[in-house]
Amino acid sequence: MPKVTIDGHTIEVVEGTSILNAARQIGGDSVPPAMCYYSKLDVSGGKCRTCLVEVTKGSEKDPRPMPKLVASCSTPVMDGMEVGNKTSAKVMDARKGVVEFLLINHPLDCPICDQAGECDLQNLAYEHGASGTRYEEDKRVFEKIDIGPNIQLHMTRCILCYRCVNTAEQLTEKRVHGVLKRGDASEIGTFIENSLDNEFIGNVIDVCPVGALTDKTFRFKSRVWFLNPMNAHRNCEKCSGETVVWMFGDEIYRVTGRKDAYGEVKNFICNTCRFDTKDLAQWTIEGPRHIERDSVIGQGHYELKPTNTVKEIG
Amino acid sequence: MGRKLLLDRINIEGIKTYDVYRKSGGYDAVEKALKKMTPDEVVEEVKKSGLRGRGGAGFPTGMKWSFIAKPEGVPRYLLCNADESEPGTFKDRYLMEHIPHLLIEGMILSSYALGCNKSFIYIRGEFMWILHILEKAIAEAYANGWLGKNIKGSGFDLDLHVTPGAGAYICGEETALIESLEGKRGNPRIKPPFPAIKGLWQSPTVVNNVETLSAVVPIITMGGDTYAGIGIGRSTGTKLISACGNISKPGVYEIELGLSVEEFLYSDEYCGGIKDGKRLKACVPGGSSVPILPHFLVTKTANGEQRLMSYESLADGGFATGSMLGSGGFIVFDEDQCVVRNTWNFTRFYHHESCGQCSPCREGTGWMEKVLHRIENGHGHMHDIDLLWDVQRKIEGNTICPLGDAAAWPVAAAIRHFREEFEWHINEPKKCLEKNYGLVKEPVLTV
Repeated sequence: MPKVTIDGHTIEVVEGTSILNAARQIGGDSVPPAMCYYSKLDVSGGKCRTCLVEVTKGSEKDPRPMPKLVASCSTPVMDGMEVGNKTSAKVMDARKGVVEFLLINHPLDCPICDQAGECDLQNLAYEHGASGTRYEEDKRVFEKIDIGPNIQLHMTRCILCYRCVNTAEQLTEKRVHGVLKRGDASEIGTFIENSLDNEFIGNVIDVCPVGALTDKTFRFKSRVWFLNPMNAHRNCEKCSGETVVWMFGDEIYRVTGRKDAYGEVKNFICNTCRFDTKDLAQWTIEGPRHIERDSVIGQGHYELKPTNTVKEIG
Repeated sequence: MGRKLLLDRINIEGIKTYDVYRKSGGYDAVEKALKKMTPDEVVEEVKKSGLRGRGGAGFPTGMKWSFIAKPEGVPRYLLCNADESEPGTFKDRYLMEHIPHLLIEGMILSSYALGCNKSFIYIRGEFMWILHILEKAIAEAYANGWLGKNIKGSGFDLDLHVTPGAGAYICGEETALIESLEGKRGNPRIKPPFPAIKGLWQSPTVVNNVETLSAVVPIITMGGDTYAGIGIGRSTGTKLISACGNISKPGVYEIELGLSVEEFLYSDEYCGGIKDGKRLKACVPGGSSVPILPHFLVTKTANGEQRLMSYESLADGGFATGSMLGSGGFIVFDEDQCVVRNTWNFTRFYHHESCGQCSPCREGTGWMEKVLHRIENGHGHMHDIDLLWDVQRKIEGNTICPLGDAAAWPVAAAIRHFREEFEWHINEPKKCLEKNYGLVKEPVLTV
């Protein structure tokens, strides 16, 4: 099994593992951020360039460094490979550039965006972005299109990661949306004026790293950090029925898949669970969901039992 | 007078037709290869010849061919990249338009060498009339038994098809070409796997430029060693150069690699000097993607040696004082031309042609175009020059395919060599709308 060293941490991984997945096995700061790669999809990655890393030693056999930074999500590890992520100044500089590129045409409308608080781009910009902008021109805008009753598309927020396209390709028999046009005019769209109505199409909301695809049944209802995420399940004929329900008091505001530390769902859930099952009686609540990733949602620590501090002091 | 290997028969009346082409010695190379040589021997000849890819990157063709995977029971494909759309490059269309059988002959030879039974010519969609010329030539080749089943009794089968693109520069990138040929959106693939392992329909594939495949014909005719004797050093053989811009005689010229740039630019046999007796300001020697050279670096390298038309000499000094042979689009600028405007024009092209798949290229090309447009139209700030430099630096090398590099290099070179001109545009916002920054730092009255 090939051994790879990332930021000084050595790990042995299965042949064919990508650098990104090897880094995820190490964990911590060695993990490059990824905006387009999604481990649950058969095809994804390579496009956003945020996961670029520097390969300072190709392999034990061929120790030459790779001439360019490589996308860690689509480069397999070789035995004896040495990779620089956080420790490489070149990588940090390039990543800063990529974040700037992603943000120049992003509307930065976080205050009114439903994704705020659980947005990959927010996290990325917080870590690698600059405080000001050097972009003086107008941001690009798109004509609004309606893609169906449950999913809202905000094309201006899209970073063209292709995750939703790949998800539809994998989960549905006939994909009706895709990327139209090219260059910075490319947009997600249906040709022509189609509605996304597959039973599993709601998953494009979960895979979207930004607020480009949001849940119409949850639109403008609440900020995500005011809600209590609870693991819940129900008997569903179509999917596993294992979800997270986001509650405020006894009311279910929205239903999503169970996401891991990298924001990736463990199981894709069906539209019925996601959009049409908002009655508490229909769910078996397992208990509070621990948010594994560093997020504003996890900061409330609501899942910990309140300790009676007054009594202790007294 | 240099030797001509590709365009030697170009002036024969009716060379477009099969009969004339055959009479002038056409298809002799195929006959020789099929009867006397094994596929491996053909590959060996090409390796010996030192032929390098003529599409721009200059990768040794024989080596590329030897990388192709040969699993049992899986078909292999040869694709001809005829999606020539780089600004300043127009050599392949000339070749295909005037002597289409040469490409077909080259493709039969190369397919035989690689063991491909189905090959495709992917032609730029705008070249529709050339597509008809090629289709006619292919039909003639079929009729005379050079294509189809059991070619001339050798037991080798080959089907050749021509497919047009739909007007995208990016489809000249080999993996985007494959995607487009498969009927998908022309997005470059993420490598690895390389096409030699998994290309068209997940089968091993080789993609070569029109000129490269055509050059296989003289290599087989004269032998790889003789071919390697032409040219200089590792730049062997002849190269088609499409010369344009402010020169007396623009057009497509075949040169022996190693010809001096000075001779190519000023002799009457080739470009015939700068038009109207003006002076040279700058030159882009290899198509819009390569760095621009200021007048004092065109005919001489930085250390005073004579610059030659070869892969090595044009690249002498790296990007600091050199450029690249690229695809051979030789663009000449006289003293009245504006480098800022030209750079903006190139960048506008790359902005328009970016596929939009990866972030640095999608956002960066548009950003650079907007900044350059601003500078050219008198709305620039001094910090814009550093901004441009920083943006191009962050695109270069960080993209999926070489289009990002191709967009970044011209901007970098223009700033590197003509920074004063950028500064003048910013300092003289009114003047720059009416006048160009001249060669001797005096504005000239042409925009």
